[in-house]
Amino acid sequence: MIPAVFADSEIRDLIEKVVAGNRLDTRDGVRLYETMDLPALGWAANLVRERRHGDVTYYLKNRHINYSNVCKYDCFFCSFFRGSKTDDGAWEWSVDEVLEHVADYKETGLKEFHIVGGVHPELPFEYYTEMLSALRREHPGVAIKAFTAIEIAYFAELTGKSIREVLTELKDAGLDMLPGGGAEIFADRVRYKVCRAKADADRWFEVHEEAHALQIPTTCTMLYGHIETIEERVDHLMRLRDLQDKTGGLLSYVPLRFHPDNNLLGSGKLTGPTGVEVLKNIAIGRLLLDNIPHIKAYWVMLGIKPAQLALSWGADDIDGTVTWERIYHMAGAETPEGMTEERLCQVIREAGREPVERDAFYNRVTEKAAV
Amino acid sequence: MEGPISAALEQAYAKAASHERIVFDEGRLLLEQGDLHVLAALAHKRRLHLHPEPAVTYIIERNINYTNSCVTFCRFCAFYRRPGHAEVYVLSHEELGKKIAEIVDVGGIQILLQGGHHPDLPLTWYEEMLRYIRREFPMINVHGFSAPEIEHIARLESLPVRDVIGRLREAGLGTIPGAGGEMLVDRVRDVIAPLKTTTDDWLGVHRTAHELGMRTTATMMFGHEETLAERVEHMERVRALQDETDGFTAFILWTFQPENTAMWRYPKLESHQYLRTAAVARLYLDNVKNLQASWVTQGPRVAEISLRCGVNDMGSTMFEENVVSAAGTTFAMNAEQIEQSIRACGFEPRRRNVFYEEVAA
Repeated sequence: MIPAVFADSEIRDLIEKVVAGNRLDTRDGVRLYETMDLPALGWAANLVRERRHGDVTYYLKNRHINYSNVCKYDCFFCSFFRGSKTDDGAWEWSVDEVLEHVADYKETGLKEFHIVGGVHPELPFEYYTEMLSALRREHPGVAIKAFTAIEIAYFAELTGKSIREVLTELKDAGLDMLPGGGAEIFADRVRYKVCRAKADADRWFEVHEEAHALQIPTTCTMLYGHIETIEERVDHLMRLRDLQDKTGGLLSYVPLRFHPDNNLLGSGKLTGPTGVEVLKNIAIGRLLLDNIPHIKAYWVMLGIKPAQLALSWGADDIDGTVTWERIYHMAGAETPEGMTEERLCQVIREAGREPVERDAFYNRVTEKAAV
Repeated sequence: MEGPISAALEQAYAKAASHERIVFDEGRLLLEQGDLHVLAALAHKRRLHLHPEPAVTYIIERNINYTNSCVTFCRFCAFYRRPGHAEVYVLSHEELGKKIAEIVDVGGIQILLQGGHHPDLPLTWYEEMLRYIRREFPMINVHGFSAPEIEHIARLESLPVRDVIGRLREAGLGTIPGAGGEMLVDRVRDVIAPLKTTTDDWLGVHRTAHELGMRTTATMMFGHEETLAERVEHMERVRALQDETDGFTAFILWTFQPENTAMWRYPKLESHQYLRTAAVARLYLDNVKNLQASWVTQGPRVAEISLRCGVNDMGSTMFEENVVSAAGTTFAMNAEQIEQSIRACGFEPRRRNVFYEEVAA
C-alpha cells in the first residue's frame, strides 16, 4: 500500500503511522521538519488530504478590508504598520470610506469580508461595531470575518470589558468569524524577540476559546521562517491541536510564510523560506493537525505556483479571489493583489483537483446561490 | 492514491526504481497516471544515482540577444519583431562588448548568444561577431545560436548545415544551446511555429554538431498545443539521438508563457505539470546526465522544490532575459541568490562551465 519507492525513506515509520490513522506526537513532528524527503512527506500528507476531501479544492470570493494600518505595536516582522496616522503611507478609513471601498461588491456573489487592521491607538470601540453593522446592513449576504485575537484582546483592554463581552457585542453587530492572525509563533522566547508588545499566547488562546464558546468559528495561523526553531514550530502546532481537541471551533489552519522585505526582522538579515519549506509547512500542518478540517495554501503569501503545488502536499483550500491585499504586499509579496475566479479554477484543475466554491464556513456554494 | 494501481503502472515504477530503461508506453503511463510524489521520489533517486554527491551546479552566464528581427513568426513568441518594425534592433560590436564586459566583471565565463532569424545578415556577419568576441574576451565561451538559426543561415547562404557550423566554430562558437526544440513533434510544430525547422532538421543540426565534436543541450517548451503523449515523444526523439551521439550535456524544460503572444488563449500552466513532466524527463532521459531547473519560468521557490524532485542543476544567472520576460514573466536570480537557494535546500552549490566541470568561484 505504501509505494515501494518510500521503503527506504527515513520517515517510513511515520508514513506507516499516518496510513494506520495513528496520531503523531511532538517527536514525530520534529522528525518531519528535519527530513528533506519532500516526496515522502507529500505522499503522506496527500493521503490524509484525500481521505478527508478527495480531490475537492475550495476557493471563495472574498474581499480584504485593511481599514487602517496605524498600530500601537511595532512587531519586527511587520511591513504594514505605521506608528501614527500622520506617518508616510499611513491610512485610516472612516466607516463611510469602508463602505465606499466595497460598494461595487453588491450582488456580485461575494461571500466574505476579511477585515484586519493595526491595533489602532485612538479609534473607539464603537467604530468597530458600527463598521460591522454597516457592512451587515449594506451587504447582508456576505459573511464578516474580522479582527484577530490581538485586536479583540485590545478591544477588551480599551473598553474594560471581558473578552466574552467584546465578542458578544461584535457578534451582535455582525461578526461571523475570527481570522487566525496574531498567532505568529506561540513560544515566549520568539514573541519576546519579535513582537514583545503584542498579546501573549495565553491571551490568543483565551480569545479563540471564548469565540468557540459563543459559536463563533475561527481559523488559526503560524508565521514561519524567521527566528523560530523546529521545536517551537511543533510546539505551536501541538497547542493548536490541543485547543481543537477541546473546542472543535477551528475551521482551518493557514501557515504563513515570512516575507523579509521592508521590516526590521528581514532587512539585510533574513531571506524568506524556500519553496521546500513552504511545502513542508503545509504537509506537516496537515499531518499534525489531524483534527482541523481544512489546510489553506494562502496563495497571496506563498505565490500562486507554490500554492498550486501545496494542493498535492496536504492543502485543500487555496483561499480566494482576495482583491486589495496590503499586509503581505507591503512586505514584498510579488503576487497580484487579486485573481479571477476563472484563473483560480484553472490553477486548481491543472493540479488534477476539482474546484469547489465555498462560503466562509466551508459550505458549498450552489450555482443557484452564486449570483 | 489509496486505490489499486494498474499492474502496468506498478511495473513502470519498478523499472524506473531499478534504473532500467523505460519504453515509450511506460513513459506515457507515468506522465498520464503516475502519482506525483512517487514520480518525484523516483526522479530524485535517479538523480542521486547519476550525481551521488549532494551538490547542485550552476553557471555564471549572461543572455544576449543580438537581434529581435525575425522572419519565422512563431505564434508562441513575444520577443521577435518583423523586419521594418520600429523596435527592430541589431547589436553592434560595441554594444555586445559592453554587455559581455558586465558579466565578466561578476565572474561570468559564458554568454548565451541568440537572436531572431534576421532576413538578410550574411554568414560573414556572424563570423565577424564571433571573432570580435574571441579577440576581446578570449576567456568567454560562446554558447550560441540554435538549430533553427543555423538552418536559417544555411538556407540564406545555400550552404550545407555542416559547413555553416564548421565556419561558426572556426570563428569562435563553442557550444550550441537546444533552443528551438519547442516540441519535437511535427504536428505540434505545424500549429505553433509552421515556418520553423522541422523535428528531423532540428535533430539533424544537433547530430551534425555532435559529429563535429561539439556539445549541445536539448530543450522542451510545453504546456500549449501538445498532448501528454507528445511530450514523451519529444523525450524519445532526444533520447534516440543521444544514444547515437552522446552529444547532449543537459535537458532543459520549461512551460510556455502565453502573455503577449498570438497563442494567449492557451491557459498558462503554473507548476504542477512542470514538476510531473520534469520528473518523467529525469526518468526517461536516462542517457542525458543533467536536468536544469527553469527558475526563469517557475520562479525560485518552485526551482528549489524541483531540486528535491529530480533536478540537479540551477541553470544560469541569465543576467538579462528578453524572451520569456517579453511574455510577461520576470523572475530574476543572481549568483548569490542561486547559491543561497541551493544551500537552503540541503545541497552544496558548485559553479560549473558548459561541460558541467567544476570551476573556481
